[in-house]
Amino acid sequence: MSANNIETFYDDWAIRRFTVMAVVWGVVGMLVGVIVAAQLAFPELNLGLPWTSFGRLRPLHTNAVIFAFGGSALFATSYYVVQRTSQVSLAFPTLARLTFWGYQAVIVLAAITLPLGYTSGKEYAELEWPIDLLLTVVWVMYALVFFGTVANRKIKHIYVANWFYGAFIIVVAILHLVNSAAVPSEWFRSYSAYSGAQDAMIQWWYGHNAVGFFLTAAFLGMMYYFVPKQAQRPVYSYRLSIVHFWGLIFTYMWAGPHHLHYTALPDWTQSLGMVLSLILLAPSWGGMINGMMTMSGAWHKLRDDPVLRFMIVSLSFYGMSTFEGPMMAIKTVNALSHYTDWTVGHVHSGALGWVGFVSMGSLYYLTPRLWGMKQMYSVKAIEWHFWLATIGVVLYISAMWISGVTAGLMWRAINEDGTLTYTFVESVKAMHPFYVIRMVGGLMYVSGMVIMLWNVIKTVQSGQAAEAKIPAVTAHA
Amino acid sequence: MSDFTNGFWPIFISVVVLGGIAGCLAVLFITSKSHDPAHTGQSTGHVYDEDIVEMNNPMPRWWMWMFILTCVFGLAYLALYPGLTTYSGKLGWTQIKQYEQEVKESNDKIAPIYAQYTAMATEEVAKDAKAMAIGERLFMNTCAQCHGSDAHGSRGFPNLTDNDWLGAGTPEYIKETITNGRQGMMPPMAAAVGDATEVKNVAHYVLSLSGSQHDANSAAAGKEKFAACAACHGAEGKGNPAMGAPNLTDNIWLHGAGEAAIIDRINHGKTSQMPAQASRLTPEQIHVLTAYVWGLSNGGAKQ
Repeated sequence: MSANNIETFYDDWAIRRFTVMAVVWGVVGMLVGVIVAAQLAFPELNLGLPWTSFGRLRPLHTNAVIFAFGGSALFATSYYVVQRTSQVSLAFPTLARLTFWGYQAVIVLAAITLPLGYTSGKEYAELEWPIDLLLTVVWVMYALVFFGTVANRKIKHIYVANWFYGAFIIVVAILHLVNSAAVPSEWFRSYSAYSGAQDAMIQWWYGHNAVGFFLTAAFLGMMYYFVPKQAQRPVYSYRLSIVHFWGLIFTYMWAGPHHLHYTALPDWTQSLGMVLSLILLAPSWGGMINGMMTMSGAWHKLRDDPVLRFMIVSLSFYGMSTFEGPMMAIKTVNALSHYTDWTVGHVHSGALGWVGFVSMGSLYYLTPRLWGMKQMYSVKAIEWHFWLATIGVVLYISAMWISGVTAGLMWRAINEDGTLTYTFVESVKAMHPFYVIRMVGGLMYVSGMVIMLWNVIKTVQSGQAAEAKIPAVTAHA
Repeated sequence: MSDFTNGFWPIFISVVVLGGIAGCLAVLFITSKSHDPAHTGQSTGHVYDEDIVEMNNPMPRWWMWMFILTCVFGLAYLALYPGLTTYSGKLGWTQIKQYEQEVKESNDKIAPIYAQYTAMATEEVAKDAKAMAIGERLFMNTCAQCHGSDAHGSRGFPNLTDNDWLGAGTPEYIKETITNGRQGMMPPMAAAVGDATEVKNVAHYVLSLSGSQHDANSAAAGKEKFAACAACHGAEGKGNPAMGAPNLTDNIWLHGAGEAAIIDRINHGKTSQMPAQASRLTPEQIHVLTAYVWGLSNGGAKQ
C-alpha cells in the first residue's frame, strides 16, 4: 500500500477476513455446542471414543465460541471502529494482517489439540504453552495496531467505543500472562505456576475478567459504535459513559471469588468478591441504559429493521444477565445456584443473548459496507435468523433456569431424619427433559447462524471489496 | 485466616478496595455536579465518523441512587463480615462457624428420632420397619454410590445382600467398617509363586476350587504352589475373615472372574479402600445404618 493510500483510504483487509471467519467459527463453535448438549441428554453420543467425549469437546465448544467467534468479531469491529472514529487508516498495516493469520493459527491449533486431550486444565484457558506464547505475540501486535491507530487519530477526543476496546486489549493481556504462567515439562504439557487455593483464585480472577473484559467491555465497545450508527441517533449521555466505564473497570477486577463461595478460599476474599460483584450492577446497567436511550426516538425503526432488532434484544439480555450475575454472587443465592445448570443458563443468557446478538447485529451492519453493497443479500434471511435465534435463546435459558433451580432444591431437600430426600441420580433424572429442550434451543440458535453464513457468502459474492475513503474531518470534533 | 507473609498486603488491599469504592462515588458525584441543566438534550460537540454525536444528558437519578445504595450496602457488609483481609468483621462470622452451627442444629433436631434405637440391639433395630426406612435412606445417601441402590455391588464393590463377608458379618464388624472404613490389600504374589507358567497353574488351581472352568492338568500342577496363597486364604482356599482374605471356593469374584483376572491378581495384587463415614454420619445414624446393612442378608424388616 502506498503512503498516499494510507492517507486516503481505510485499511479493511483484515476486517473483511475477520468478518467472514467470525461467522464461520460461529457456525462451528455453536454446532459443537449442540453436540455437547446432545451428549448431556444422550450419553451414548460420546461414541466411546476419547476425542469425541464430552470432556474434550466441551472446551472445544467454549474456545470456539468465545475466542474464535467472539474474538474474530472483536478484531473485525475494533479495527473498523478505531479507524472510523479516529478518521485515520490502521497503524502498522502489516502487523494488522499478521494478527489475522496469527489469530486464525491459534484457533486451528486449539481445534486440533483440545480433542487430542492436550489441556492445561484451566477453564477458558485450556491451551497449552506453545499456543499461549503464539497468542501473546498476536496480542502484542494487536495492541500496537490498535493503540497506534488511536495515537494517530485526527479527532481530538477518543471515542467511548475505543475506551472499551482499549481496556479489553490491555486487561486480556494481563489476564492471559498471569493465569497462563506455567512451567513447561514437554511440548504440550505444563504445570501451573500456582498451587491449591491460590491457583483456583488466579483461575477465577482470570475467568470472571475474561467475562468482564473479553465478553463485556469489548462488546460494549461494539455496541457504542454500531447502535448509534444503525439507529442513526446520538449517544444518549456522555457523562453516563464516563461513570459506567470507570465503575466497570474498577469493580470487575474483584468479582472473581464469587465463583468460589464456600470453598477453601479465605472468607475475606469471598466477601470482597461478593460485595464488588453487587456494586458492579450499576456500572453494567449504565451501558444498557446508554444503549437503550440511544435508540429512543428510533423505536419505529424496529418494525422493519431486523439488524436494529438484534441490537435491542442484545441490550435487553445484557441488562438481564448483569442483574442476574450480582444476585447470583450473593452467598445465600449462590448456595442454591452453585454447581447447577442455573450457572450454565446465566452464562448463555450473556453469551447467546448479549454477545451473540450484538455481534450478529454488528456483522450484519459491517458486511454489506465492506463489500460495497447497500444491504445484506437477503433481509428476509436476517428476519429468519432473528426469530430462530430469539426463540432458541429463550428455550435455552428457561430450560436451564428450571433445571438448575430444580436440581438445587432437590440437593438441599432434607427428610426429618436428616437424610437427603433425593439421591443424586434422581436429580439427574429430573434434569433430563430440560437437557433435551436446551438442545432444541441450541439447534435453533445454530440454524440461524447457518442462515447468516449463507447470507454473508451471498453478499460477498454479489458485492465487491470496496476501498473506503477517509472523509474530511468535521469541524467541531 | 489470611496467611499473609507481610503486613503490607492487608493494608494495600484495604486501601485499594475502599479507595476504589470511594473513587467510584467520586467519579459519580463530580460527573453529575459538572452538569449544567441548560445543556440537557444538547450535544457535547463531539462528532465521530461524520454522524456519531454524543449528548450532554444527565445520568438517570434512579440509576445514580442504585449505584450509591450498592456502595453503601458494600461498605456496611465489609464492616459486619470478614472482607478487609485481617479485619474479621463485627459479627465474627466465618464459613467454618456457619457450617458447624448448621451441623449442630441439624444433629440436635434429628437426635430424638435416632435416640429410640440407640439402646436397642442391632438385630432388634433390623426388625423395626420405621428404623429400616431410615436405614434405607441413609444407605441411598451414603452407600449406594458404590454398592448400588439394590446393594448388589459391582466389580470392586462387594455385594452386601449375599451373606458372603470378607471380614465377619457381625453387627460389630459392620459398624466398625462403616465408622472407620476398611483397607483391603493383597500383595503381588508372582515372586513367591514362580514364573508365568507357574502363575497360570496356580490360577487354574484357584479356578478349580470353586468348580469354575479350568484345565485339570494345570490345576494339578499348581496345587503345590498354592501353599504361598494358603497363608491368607487357608489350605483349602476357604478364606480367613480375620485377615479379610476372601473365600476362593464360593464362585463369588469381587475383582473379576476367570483366568485373566486371577493371573492379574497374583501378579499385581490388589489394594482397595472403603472410606470412613464417621465424619458424615453421627454414631446414632451409623447404628441404624449398621442394622440396615446387617438386615440385607439377615432378613431385616422390609419397607
